[in-house]
Amino acid sequence: MRAPGPAQRRRRRTGERLFFLLCLASVLVPLAMLATLIGDVVLDGAGRLSWEFLRGTPSRRASAAGIWPALIGSLTLIGLTALLAVPVGVAAAVYLEEYGRRSRMAGIIEVNIANLAGVPSIIYGLLGLEVFVRLFGMGSTVVAGACTLALLVLPVVIMASREALRTAPDALREGAVALGATRWQAIRQVVLPLALPGILTGAILAVARALGETAPLIVVGAVVFITFTPDLGSQYTALPIQIFNWVSMPQKAFLDNAAAAIVVLLVVLLLLSSTAIFLRNKYQARL
Amino acid sequence: MTPRALIRLRARNGRGRAATPLRERLIEIGLLACGALSVLVTAGILLVLAFETFSFFGRVSLAEFFGDTRWTPLFADKHVGIWPLVAGTLLTSAIAIAVALPFGLLAAIYLSELASPRARRILKPTLELLAGVPTIVYGTFALVFVTPLLQRVVPDLAGFNALSPGIVMGFMIMPMISSLAEDALYAVPGSLREASYALGSSKLPTIFRVVLPSATSGIAAAVTLAISRAIGETMVVTIAAGQQPNLTLDPRVPIETMTAYIVSISKGDTPTGTLEYQTIFAVGSMLFLMTFAMNAISHRMARRLRHGAGQA
Amino acid sequence: MKILTLVIALAALAAACSKKGGGEEGGATIQIDGSSTVFPVTQAVAEEFQKDRGGRVTVGVSGTGGGFKKLCRGEIAIAGASRPIKESETSQCKSAGVELIELPVAYDGIAVVVHPDSDWVDHMTVEELKKVWSPEAQGSITRWSQVRAGWPDRDLHLFGPGVDSGTYDYFTQAIVGVEHSSRGDFTSSEDDNVLVQGVSTDPAALGFFGYAYYVENQDRLKLVPIDDGVADNGAGPVAPSLESVEKGTYQPLSRPVFIYVSAAALERPEVRSFVDYYLTEGAELAQEVGYIPLPAAAYELARKRVADRRTGSSFRGSEVGVSIEELLKN
Repeated sequence: MRAPGPAQRRRRRTGERLFFLLCLASVLVPLAMLATLIGDVVLDGAGRLSWEFLRGTPSRRASAAGIWPALIGSLTLIGLTALLAVPVGVAAAVYLEEYGRRSRMAGIIEVNIANLAGVPSIIYGLLGLEVFVRLFGMGSTVVAGACTLALLVLPVVIMASREALRTAPDALREGAVALGATRWQAIRQVVLPLALPGILTGAILAVARALGETAPLIVVGAVVFITFTPDLGSQYTALPIQIFNWVSMPQKAFLDNAAAAIVVLLVVLLLLSSTAIFLRNKYQARL
Repeated sequence: MTPRALIRLRARNGRGRAATPLRERLIEIGLLACGALSVLVTAGILLVLAFETFSFFGRVSLAEFFGDTRWTPLFADKHVGIWPLVAGTLLTSAIAIAVALPFGLLAAIYLSELASPRARRILKPTLELLAGVPTIVYGTFALVFVTPLLQRVVPDLAGFNALSPGIVMGFMIMPMISSLAEDALYAVPGSLREASYALGSSKLPTIFRVVLPSATSGIAAAVTLAISRAIGETMVVTIAAGQQPNLTLDPRVPIETMTAYIVSISKGDTPTGTLEYQTIFAVGSMLFLMTFAMNAISHRMARRLRHGAGQA
Repeated sequence: MKILTLVIALAALAAACSKKGGGEEGGATIQIDGSSTVFPVTQAVAEEFQKDRGGRVTVGVSGTGGGFKKLCRGEIAIAGASRPIKESETSQCKSAGVELIELPVAYDGIAVVVHPDSDWVDHMTVEELKKVWSPEAQGSITRWSQVRAGWPDRDLHLFGPGVDSGTYDYFTQAIVGVEHSSRGDFTSSEDDNVLVQGVSTDPAALGFFGYAYYVENQDRLKLVPIDDGVADNGAGPVAPSLESVEKGTYQPLSRPVFIYVSAAALERPEVRSFVDYYLTEGAELAQEVGYIPLPAAAYELARKRVADRRTGSSFRGSEVGVSIEELLKN
């Protein structure tokens, strides 16, 4: 290969620079859109944010309405959802990647999962209603809602975890087994720690999705008006449901309430993401 | 000493309990069960859908469903041709992917190959925030902000249209592609890159000829996930695309997607058990079949790509 | 391993808790669900009830059909409905052994509106509305001049609620004469606020939606009085207002909204207390949220229905033009 001459190098450099700019723009444009959206919401909602709003309960009067049951409901929901979806999802991914790579069962499961990722959330709601609420007799409780949401985000967790597991080189697995470890020991002590960052990515995406869902929760029986904080066996509501309800109220003051609730929702999301990301950065290292 | 005894001895020397073959097998079964859960879920969904769908097709012929080009099951003059809804879904999804794919891939490349570690640490999670904004917020944003904005640029853009939610959806699912693809790119061993540089290649060709091909499976998975997400997205299109089933490929007019239709009927005043109610399940089944077919194809493609690139 | 144990423990805990709480009408909580149109009234009543008499009330918005289904399965105590129960739903309930008591609780007026600059519109007749909205008008009635001679030759843009809403149902029944029968080429939305936005920014617009939404946006919209051509209930064009709807002169676009209570639920003292509260305080509270109260006599008759535990529905389909008291007496 002959070394490129000065003219060629210059052309290549301009081409490269252009490409880098394009890549940078691809990051900045969506962020600009996000900033516009958040800025708009914050402008509308900031005035309404107060301790009373946070601790208040739904009301027909916009100025008296608050989001406490919704906030607790949302937090409980995503907590349970993560607790259900992440272990099961990682386990499924481990099976697919480590044990069943060429088996037919694994192939069926794989196609299944990709398919389930595209099923609209409201269908999960219908499924949850029939299975968790009615068949399992859970009623319209937080647990039923969390199970439904867990099913909804499971494909995301599985797919992200699979990719994470794939990034661990086979050499390390083989090395572990050569040292006398069983398959499971190799996975647990070598592969999983390496895959942790990717698994956390999947968990973050999953929790973010669960936090913003409205339609399946309504089908599964989440209510809109509730003035007590939910426990595991009671009815519940969630922030997106309150927001959706307020947005369609005729009194305009409710729009400010909705904007303030969105700000709270985004703050919750930010806090959760930051924690997970902090953990992810801690464990990620290029080989 | 037999190999089995050796393993047991070794295992006991390490931390934790003995790693017996039984325990190993149990763990494997446990993991399989978790994986098989997804099959159960699919079965559950099919059951929930199938019952009402069969009932639906007892009253409506397949010819009507696939042959008619109008969708008016709630009007006194009933037409139950599915194509307007399918067209609506495909149109919005295509626009979404047309936005998410280039932005997502380029962003992934930037984050993985070009950004400083500090920039990456800040930008990657910020992009992931895009995925966390509730879909109703995006829907309202599309309707109230993006559509008027686009109306200044695009002639004859209606208040409800496919373009606005399509674009917003594209940005919404972009982090899915960028994050997962970026993870895949980032995991490509540095040794490969260094080998490429050692051979005299500069950054750009290295990215395109070495790094990207190594990360193909991760990228393909990300794209598949994103397409599925776009097809199944509900609230953004319900709020901003309209409720007028329209068999068209024009992104400037109101349409209705399959998901928006399902939502509006589920929340509405239709009595359960009627033909109108059963249309939810018929449309849901159609949606399911579409995503299934699409995923089966892309699965086959991805496998071929993987084998082609020398990875198994 | 630890995670797995934790998950199993939590699942067991959850299962234990859920058996206690969920399932049936759930202890002392009064569970209500149903139409999103009735929701604002029910929410107001629930709020004040909890303050005055204590107890726990929850209200959902699964839609009228969804609410009936849950009611008939015994999952809730009260269902809100923006339309009377249908035959098929009543028989579904009966076969499940559930008897329902039908109680109208308020009026919802449907306002016809145009853009504030449409100064040629002083009123419209039912005939003209029918001409505009009937199925045959699709593609043919597209200009204001076609509606009434003398009106300007300008574009006509139509806005209305989604075809699955009770408002749309009632409007088509009242104006076109057949439920679900209308042209299809209008901008429709489930969210009446979107319709307000549409009409207030489009000079060619003509739309209809719930009266409460007009009241909150009076400065952006122009209300159209309706002349139904019947002299008995107020001659000439009548605009919807608290008075005209309550007295029954704004016809045909006033409709009652309902709650349905299961007879079994009425055995619970808290449900009885709530229903009684609804029928006494509901009038005032409905007004607060933009709805119109029924005449006092109607609430009296409704309370009597509860006392007698009189089940069955006297409101068939979208009744137009019959007084509430008449229907309640049956």
